[in-house]
Amino acid sequence: MKQEFKIIADLVEKNVRVLDVGCGDGVLMEFLKNNKKIDIRGIEISKKNVQKCIGKGLTVIEGDAEKDLIQFPNSSFDFVILSQTLQAFLNPEAVINELLRVGKKAIVTVPNFGFWKVRLHLLIKGTMPITKNLPDEWHNTPNIHMCTIKDFFNFCNDRQIKLYKSLALHNEKTSPINNLNLNVKNLSAELGIFLIENK
Amino acid sequence: MNNIDNIKKIIVNKALKLDCGKIINNFPVAYETYGVLNEKKDNAILVFHALTGDQFVSGINPITKKDGWWSYAVGPEKAIDTNKYFVICANVIGGCMGSYGPSEIDKTTNKILGTNFPVITINDMVNAQYNLLDFFKIDKLFCVAGGSMGGMQVLQFVSNFPNKAKIAIPIACTASHSAQNIAFNELGRQSIMADAKWVNGNYSNEKLNPDKGLSVARMAAHITYLSKNGLQEKFGRKLQERDDLKFGFDADFQIESYLRYQGSVFVDRFDANSYLYITRAMDYFDLIKQHNGNLSRAFIQSKTKFFVISFTSDWLYPTSENKDIVIALNAIGADVGFVEIESDKGHDSFLLDVPEFLETLRNYINTSYLKN
Repeated sequence: MKQEFKIIADLVEKNVRVLDVGCGDGVLMEFLKNNKKIDIRGIEISKKNVQKCIGKGLTVIEGDAEKDLIQFPNSSFDFVILSQTLQAFLNPEAVINELLRVGKKAIVTVPNFGFWKVRLHLLIKGTMPITKNLPDEWHNTPNIHMCTIKDFFNFCNDRQIKLYKSLALHNEKTSPINNLNLNVKNLSAELGIFLIENK
Repeated sequence: MNNIDNIKKIIVNKALKLDCGKIINNFPVAYETYGVLNEKKDNAILVFHALTGDQFVSGINPITKKDGWWSYAVGPEKAIDTNKYFVICANVIGGCMGSYGPSEIDKTTNKILGTNFPVITINDMVNAQYNLLDFFKIDKLFCVAGGSMGGMQVLQFVSNFPNKAKIAIPIACTASHSAQNIAFNELGRQSIMADAKWVNGNYSNEKLNPDKGLSVARMAAHITYLSKNGLQEKFGRKLQERDDLKFGFDADFQIESYLRYQGSVFVDRFDANSYLYITRAMDYFDLIKQHNGNLSRAFIQSKTKFFVISFTSDWLYPTSENKDIVIALNAIGADVGFVEIESDKGHDSFLLDVPEFLETLRNYINTSYLKN
């Protein structure tokens, strides 16, 4: 399982209700279910992935996070997880609002467009960056709202969103992000992991 | 229907108050079973059939000599594996395969009931079938499953008996029959009643059969079970055993011939009055209204796990209506999974060889059973 999921799993408490938005083939769900006795549900847009999840005995509904989160009541989950999907939404702000309505807390991970390799790619090559986390070309990428760790950090601070925990991930290692090291982490990390809640 | 007296039946000797107000007692519920009920009695699956189905889910139907209606899904090593599970299916009341229905003989007059049979509902059907749990001394079913009208019965079953099934699988169905659904059913009923040989439902007593009317009803309904693309792909404008149009009203096109065939084989196995009663029961089905406009309330007492399945090309019970069930369940934090299966076979997809559907069904059932 990828390092990102291990970190997410550490952020989630035991015996809670969790919704994994864009749960893919259910790797994280399976881990949380088996290791933390978590009552976990998933929502996933790809039929193939939903079928894979069903095969693993996971409770998943086929749906689109931008349209289908509305069916869940307020605070019906202790945690809502959104892993590397925020940048693919038409309206990321609306999705964040929905995550924080449905969940008491939300865990959001964003691939960092401020990572030095990304910046260097654009600077040297002059073409849209392609990296391990961002493997698609400009014309076929699902990622239409790329942001940096700093962007997301500021986004939360500008709103009534409390950054409960902010972590930078680079080379399988995590480190906390704060106001003082924000610019450094924004350059050195591939992925930002944020535990947020409404103020 | 010569073997009909040999089919398995229970006689329910507990009064059942129907939604119409009438009380029935000592009525037969015909059923069939597949597989073996284990010692713990935790492997029973109650399958509900659709409008024109019957209790013969799998294997060869002893009456029609054709494959059981859900042979693709149910049987040894099938998605619902009868080597592992004990599958029970009953003929709905109102039906014509041995359960209490309009072709029953009224013992006081010695005549066939016909339209003297009471109007029944999905709720009545489910309550009648519940008696099979007592008969088999099953405290809790592992699973209730069914497509189309069978799916409606699944929803009604969980609503009526919130903790009598571990999992529930409503397939290609709705919680409330739509105006379009009612319209198509009305077309079928009018076609039967317009047949002079229907004689106000008294045809059996007069040794008649409104086969033309019933056949047209089946033809019209059959179109609603398929998709436009599916029809186009299978038939297109292909001609039936002729090189050119004949400028007449014989079946020039293959699709005409196909529908006529579907209509003609249907009348051999189905009773016209049953068709009227069962379509009426479907039209009256509105689980939302039963719960004062809030579908979630139908399931609020239940711990049953749900898995809702719809099909992309099903325009009779479209994905949106299936999703309404999912939404109602999510609103109360129920354990509900949902998938829309890609298929161009229309509403009938649930009855046909649609591998992704069958595989998903198998996986869901098997992983749910493991967690016992």
